[in-house]
Amino acid sequence: MILNVQGITKAFPRIVANDDVSLGVRRGEIHALVGENGAGKTTLMNIIYGLIRPDRGRIMLRGSELPLSEGFLGTDYGIGMIHQHFMLIREFTVLENIILGSEPAKGPMLDRARARRRVEELVARYGIEADLDRKVRDLSVGEEQRVEILKVLYRDAEIIIMDEPTGVLTPQETCGLFETMRGLVADGKTVVFITHKLEEVIEVSDSVTVMRQGRVVGNVPARETDAARLAEMMVGRQLDALPRRTAVSFGEPVLKVTGLSLDGRAGVRPLRGISFDVRKGEVLGICGVEGNGQLELFEVLIGLRRPSGGSVYIGGDEVTHRSTASRREAGLAEIPPDRTTMGIVAEFSLRENLLLGRQTDNRFSRSGFLDAGAIDGETSRLVGEFGIMPPDPDARGYSFSGGNQQKIVVARELAREPAILVACQPTRGVDIGATRLIHKCILRQADEGKGVLLISADLSEILSLSDRIGVMYRGELVGLFEREDATEEKLGLMMAGVLN
Amino acid sequence: MRGEVRTGLAGVIPPLVALALAGIVSSVIVLLLGESPLRIAEVMVTGSLGSLSSIANTLEEATPLIFTGLCVAIAMRSGLFNIGGEGQLVVGAFVAAWVGYRVGGLNPVMHITLCVALAGAAGALWALIPGILKARFGAHEVINTIMLNYVAFILANFLVGLPYFKKPGQIPQTEDVLSSALLPRMTFLYEYTRLNLGFVIAIACVLIIYILLEKTEVGFEIRSVGHNPLASRASGISVVRNTLIAMAISGFLAGMAGSERVLGVHRHFISPFPFGYGFAGIAVALLGRNRPMGVLVSAVFFGALASGGAQVDIETNVPRELVTVIQAIVIIFVACEYPIRKLVFPRRRTAT
Amino acid sequence: MTEPVAVFALSLLAATVRKSVPLIFASTGGFFSERSGVINIGLEGMMLFGAFSGALVAVLAHNPWLGLIGAAVVGAFIACVHALATITFRANQIISGVAVNLLAVGGTVFLTQVFMGGERSFSLGPADRLPMWGPFLPLAYLCFICVAGACIFAYYTVPGLRLRAVGEHPRAADTQGINVARVRFAAVVMSGVLAGLGGAYLPYFSGSFAKNMTSGLGFIALAALIFGKWHPAGAMAASLLFGFADALQETLQGRGGLPPQVFQAIPYVLTVVALAGVIGRSRPPAALGRHYERESPG
Repeated sequence: MILNVQGITKAFPRIVANDDVSLGVRRGEIHALVGENGAGKTTLMNIIYGLIRPDRGRIMLRGSELPLSEGFLGTDYGIGMIHQHFMLIREFTVLENIILGSEPAKGPMLDRARARRRVEELVARYGIEADLDRKVRDLSVGEEQRVEILKVLYRDAEIIIMDEPTGVLTPQETCGLFETMRGLVADGKTVVFITHKLEEVIEVSDSVTVMRQGRVVGNVPARETDAARLAEMMVGRQLDALPRRTAVSFGEPVLKVTGLSLDGRAGVRPLRGISFDVRKGEVLGICGVEGNGQLELFEVLIGLRRPSGGSVYIGGDEVTHRSTASRREAGLAEIPPDRTTMGIVAEFSLRENLLLGRQTDNRFSRSGFLDAGAIDGETSRLVGEFGIMPPDPDARGYSFSGGNQQKIVVARELAREPAILVACQPTRGVDIGATRLIHKCILRQADEGKGVLLISADLSEILSLSDRIGVMYRGELVGLFEREDATEEKLGLMMAGVLN
Repeated sequence: MRGEVRTGLAGVIPPLVALALAGIVSSVIVLLLGESPLRIAEVMVTGSLGSLSSIANTLEEATPLIFTGLCVAIAMRSGLFNIGGEGQLVVGAFVAAWVGYRVGGLNPVMHITLCVALAGAAGALWALIPGILKARFGAHEVINTIMLNYVAFILANFLVGLPYFKKPGQIPQTEDVLSSALLPRMTFLYEYTRLNLGFVIAIACVLIIYILLEKTEVGFEIRSVGHNPLASRASGISVVRNTLIAMAISGFLAGMAGSERVLGVHRHFISPFPFGYGFAGIAVALLGRNRPMGVLVSAVFFGALASGGAQVDIETNVPRELVTVIQAIVIIFVACEYPIRKLVFPRRRTAT
Repeated sequence: MTEPVAVFALSLLAATVRKSVPLIFASTGGFFSERSGVINIGLEGMMLFGAFSGALVAVLAHNPWLGLIGAAVVGAFIACVHALATITFRANQIISGVAVNLLAVGGTVFLTQVFMGGERSFSLGPADRLPMWGPFLPLAYLCFICVAGACIFAYYTVPGLRLRAVGEHPRAADTQGINVARVRFAAVVMSGVLAGLGGAYLPYFSGSFAKNMTSGLGFIALAALIFGKWHPAGAMAASLLFGFADALQETLQGRGGLPPQVFQAIPYVLTVVALAGVIGRSRPPAALGRHYERESPG
């Protein structure tokens, strides 16, 4: 055992992230740590790396104890960490990013030549390609990840921790990463990686630890298990299926998009000619690995960004160049992917958050003045209908849990009785109870003859709610078919870019 | 800290602690000067509240601060820093002097209303310049508002020199405004006071701004934009429109401050025009937590400080600039509220 | 025919340099602070304190060189206050800067009254002033050296790399073992030292200290920094440009049909125009103005 975690506990004000966690990692193995969002995986890794101090427990590294209580830097102990969101300085070159913090120097002056030699050695040894003089902002995501790996190797890391490394990679890049991992391990390094993608775990890891709600629920060698069994351990039980909708007839398109394109910086094109429509009474689900243009599609549909080409129609009217307010008036409602930045105003009360976007409605505002009585009535109604807890109209937005915050967003958007609901990652980071409520709301919208566009990276969510399913990959809609024609494998392959 | 505001008891304690700390530091300064802090405090209290004349003085000093405090506060609630209160006040003062002198034949109610309204409009326009530059070009309003302060002083200086505006003589000032434009002074309190009707107008503004922010649609949108512009945009609220509205109101208030000074106190415009109210407004708004009622209390407090400080300057050898120094110290301590809050409420969850 | 023109041009050039020296010092100081991620609106106040203490120490000690040291030390001290407030106590950087300016305006007059017996301004005697080295004061030469030093520091040394890293992505720097707070603190103090020196130039040149004598130079210096794309050489060039406008204003005064106020307003108006045109192209350090804190729920 190179790394032995014993009884680590860490509590934050709202949640116990790690509850008496123990696990062991052998030298030279690829160890996968799996669990759902919020299971505590990242917190545990941050503790091992020294970024967070635990409340209790100890960690033995190569037989001696890590000084958890004093605060330490993982790199000083041969632990390297590659975070989910890269810690790269976009304006610096690859070389500068790699050496930052351990710069070779001649007196106070930076010794770039020596730095370059060292890094080129590493590049050659592990076969990790990188152009040292390019600025990070010009790199692709896969290239950025390679820089992160070089950073860690530059500091002679023995144990390399990776947090969701394949979340943003193409299939080829993922293969390349696994090759690199195997190369590292062949050289005597140890790799620990966090993921929620169970196929990867089976493919590349030696040993798997499963976490759920802050606790370790099991540890098995990879070859003795399969994705299904891991999934069961992760979730804890079989989820009963939602009532399937009886066959419905769909009406006119209520949302239509043709040839939608968006040009980004440095030649990147987040959206490339997307076309689809959502009919009345229909749930159109768009799935795909996060980072393939879903956020940009959402922003363009809502009106936060103008497309470079193409058109958007709501109920027959072209709204491509119209403001968000005017689209909402035309019948659009949205559930944004990030409730803390886009959905809720943290400092506003529950009452005010439920009013957000509806303050101009003449039920609540007359001649510019807000009608407190009408607003209070509406607040009580929505709180009751959606089970928002705590039901205190003066409680500030930040005091609600993620699930309840999402309920607030859903409640106020649906209260407008929109013609088309655009939901982007609506249940990300949300507890089971709120998730079921949101799913029921989505189905009810469709049952009432409205349209729903569901953009989600959660394949099971897409499969259980959608009437038609589309797959986004690299800014394009690479497949669009009826629910009956979709299987998880087919979708998974298309999401990974393996086209028919 | 965009437009952030705390309510209830929790909201009042940090500023009080900050004041206490500022008081301690000021006492140390006074001690170093060889004076007794208690004596200074005593003189300050008598100089600000000890008699009808000092109370009147306190309120008179507070009046422009109420306006400029509201000016800074409403801009902050929408997420913008309006450091241009000085310039907006000067522009308003000039317009008030101009309209007060040149427009004749009106009864006092109409004349005063016209002067104050136009002064406010001038201030609003002056504030809209950096507002539009920010909205259109993303140019940071802090430097722009400060630059426009200087431009305003220079512009006023130029205009006052022109024969059309200038009162004949050596001093660069305008003619006194007509008697129909004068804001009546509250001589029933004290014969020689300069406290005038402008104080009542200021209080009215406090109420109006309170109602605007808490009870109207526009106020709701402004506050939303100040707290979270992205979520506001996603809900269809226009950040541009609301920040411009807030800036316009902000400048209008500063312009009104200028009109009160001209119509109630000085009775004409002079260059250089007495200054400092705009910057003091920042301290007032901060201490008042950017809330209208808080601004009122805070402005009266600073007014007392100014009035007491003048008395201290007369009676002791501590110069009146001590007041400016205290203002600055108060700002710093109030701005450092985070450790104070952690100290007083160790387990309370704070918004990011 | 050409001689008067040449003389005019040379004197204009000299005047430009003289007007630019305080701006160059202050904008270079601003460079350090802003590159580390801390907005320094208080540059104006630090300059004013530098002007005051430089002059005061020179008068009290009858030694202008000690005065320079005094200006630098006081500038550093005031900067410490700003750094403590914004970095350690998480105060809003702009508000703290405004407080520093207010403190300077009131504080310098206050202290003048205290030390100079009730006066609100004071002058330097002949023994208190710096000697001229050629057409300029020693400070003028120093400021250009500082610019060169800043460039070398920022782009060729290890601490300079870390300074820029902290201003762009403090979390990345933190995970690589860099103490973000310490780097920022040092950067802000440095900006105070330079601003103090820049401020000291004013009374040394004019021979007296008067209330609020910096009259906005600190803000113009910030504009020069922004105009110069947060690079010391760019800031220097922009400072020279603004200095030129000011020198032109002074030289042309009275001549030409335009009233003096038009020229007085040029630096301020030019700044506004520059900011409007420049912001789209000039990119600030990515973490500028944002407080950095390490621990957050995973």
